[in-house]
Amino acid sequence: MNQLIPTEEPRRMRGDGFWRKTWAVLVKEFIQLKRDRVSFIMIVTIPLVQLLLFGYAINTTPRDLPTAVLLQESSNVGRSILAALHNTRYFKVTELPRTEAELDRLLASGKVLFGIEIPANFERELRRGDIPAMLVAADATDPVAASSALSALGRLVQTALAHDYAIPQAGSAPFEIRTHARYNPAAKTELNIVPGLVGTILTMTMLIYTALSVTREIERGTMENLLAMPITPIEIMLGKIIPYVLVGFVQAAMIIAIGVFLFGVPMLGNLGVLAALSTLFIAANLSIGYTFSTVAQNQLQAMQMSIMFFLPNILLSGFMFPFAGMPLWARWIGEALPLTHYLRIVRSIMLKGATVSDLHYDAAALAALMLVAMTIAVTRFRRTLD
Amino acid sequence: MTAVGNSATAPAAAKAGNDHDVVIDVQHLTKRFDGRAVVRDVSMQVKRGTIYGFLGPNGSGKTTTIRMLCGLLTPDEGTGTCLGYDIRTETDRIKRKVGYMTQRFSLYQDLSVRENLEFIGRIYGLQKPRQAARAAIERLGLTGREEQLAGELSGGWKQRLALGACTMPSPQLLLLDEPTAGVDPKARREFWNEIHALAADGLTVLVSTHYMDEAERCHEIAYIAYGELLVRGTVDEVIAASHLTTYVVSARNGNSLSTLGQELEHKPGIDMVAPFGTSLHVSGRDAAALEAAIAPYKARDDLDWQRSEASLEDVFIDLMGRAKDNFQ
Ligand SMILES: Nc1ncnc2c1ncn2[C@@H]1O[C@H](COP(=O)(O)OP(=O)(O)OP(=O)(O)O)[C@@H](O)[C@H]1O
Ligand SMILES: [Mg+2]
Repeated sequence: MNQLIPTEEPRRMRGDGFWRKTWAVLVKEFIQLKRDRVSFIMIVTIPLVQLLLFGYAINTTPRDLPTAVLLQESSNVGRSILAALHNTRYFKVTELPRTEAELDRLLASGKVLFGIEIPANFERELRRGDIPAMLVAADATDPVAASSALSALGRLVQTALAHDYAIPQAGSAPFEIRTHARYNPAAKTELNIVPGLVGTILTMTMLIYTALSVTREIERGTMENLLAMPITPIEIMLGKIIPYVLVGFVQAAMIIAIGVFLFGVPMLGNLGVLAALSTLFIAANLSIGYTFSTVAQNQLQAMQMSIMFFLPNILLSGFMFPFAGMPLWARWIGEALPLTHYLRIVRSIMLKGATVSDLHYDAAALAALMLVAMTIAVTRFRRTLD
Repeated sequence: MTAVGNSATAPAAAKAGNDHDVVIDVQHLTKRFDGRAVVRDVSMQVKRGTIYGFLGPNGSGKTTTIRMLCGLLTPDEGTGTCLGYDIRTETDRIKRKVGYMTQRFSLYQDLSVRENLEFIGRIYGLQKPRQAARAAIERLGLTGREEQLAGELSGGWKQRLALGACTMPSPQLLLLDEPTAGVDPKARREFWNEIHALAADGLTVLVSTHYMDEAERCHEIAYIAYGELLVRGTVDEVIAASHLTTYVVSARNGNSLSTLGQELEHKPGIDMVAPFGTSLHVSGRDAAALEAAIAPYKARDDLDWQRSEASLEDVFIDLMGRAKDNFQ
């Protein structure tokens, strides 16, 4: 150790150096991310695996959905429909209940996903041209599976009847499929899912990146050094958030590209607008994760807070269940979640070709959520070790 | 206990006085954790260019006091300034001019030596952080290790890096919390030579340590136990204020002295018995009582009794013992 202190006073930059200090933290965070091999690989693999897994799982044509059929009349038409159901690969008729109550029980217990009821006098009304109703109860907790199977059902029965009884296929169907509302059969298309996954995957990865950033410094003991330096909470926050905005941007680009090229999701709107609003969404989630990090006492607490936040994002944002179908209180909670707004944004832009002017409200909501989170984070940031 | 403190500190305090060159000036600092006072009513003045040693047993509040000085902890009671800035309200300014070396290594373990130093250079606004880091690496003798991750350095090298990191921005005050723990003797000596050279140029250094030889190299020392500052002053002042009379006993025939030690320990008039190598230090605060207690042993011709000056360690062990009596 020849000499501890530089012989000549080092020259310093002028001014307060807000961006310079932010930059210092940013560079440091990038290096740390790069060093953490596992996390670095996860940047690419988490969205990739999740998208392929969920995208395909949800997108694949459903097969062999367990179905119960209740025949209220013993007619040729009834038997013919039953045979047609047997022959398709959508449905698998596993139960033949005798009463409606029995059918209800089967559905409620989850033993079957579909209950099909052919009412009495179905054949007679059909032949008279009265358009009788075939009653279908669908367990639509998996809405996509339910909706694609339901749409197949109509065609299926129509083809079977035309073939066996020469009831003409042309024009409107000679019967009606009346779906029970109690199991929430959302009429969603598969295309809704992939854009939704963009938001869901980003929410999860972004939250976790920043939720640990402050608690990690505390647990590793580096916070003492950081706090002893002339740096402000805002500089620390921005320095810790900005690197992950870039990471999130890469992830978003990857997911959207896969969605378009692999899953054939259309891209009707402007890509630039989508990129800009995606960045806003990413920053909002990072800010919320960072807020957890400043509030939590340790990494475990920060993780738990993130999961507590992630669940309503999945359930109340309109990703799982149609937003409009939720009770008012749930919609209010949904409005406070970034994913709700981003789902509207990404679906509108990709599927409906929406422009910025259509998305004012949701963009403003995202910005507001981000600013609220940042304000809480900066005020809650503990500047001392007390 | 305060009586002892006051008598020892009087000269030092008078010298510091209201001098403009007082770098650390704090009064009645108290810090509580969960209602338990960990630092109690600590006042100290440190003049510019002084190497101020901060001593005390484990858990006595050294780290806590240092943290209050650089704004990392807010005192529950008391006021003071550091480099002329209020330790409660102007911590931002203090942080720009103070180099604080933490007791526990707190640089980034997953950053290399160079990256850590560059980070610090940027935060403190050095104009060329890369160059400054490279220069610091050379100065510290870390050349060849610049790309090594800080977490993979050996304990002594980590200390050296931490020291280099807090000195790189050229601070006006160094707060060093056990900077030489785990450092080899040669590096320790070089460190102290360097610290003295810097102090001669006007840098002020507050350094906590458990090593007596380091305490003796300080211009002034303060001893804290159970959160209370017991004595402050130069080494000589501290020893004089202790009023300890010490005898060094050794065995002429080389016999073990351990039974003698146990025997003496409980005699009235003897406050402390401590083995030092092959000899025994026997001390008492009341010289007459001590003489009376050891008189019968002095007559034994297998023992050699030498009256000597109490060592700093004798004083500290005595202080610690008395503090314990007071607080427990
Ligand atoms: N954040 C904290 N919360 C609760 N108690 C604390 C905290 N920090 C320190 N203490 C307590 O304060 C007391 C003094 O601790 P401090 O670290 O200041 O001692 P020290 O003199 O530096 O000891 P050492 O020589 O072992 O480093 C200890 O009893 C410790 O347990
Ligand atoms: Mg300590």
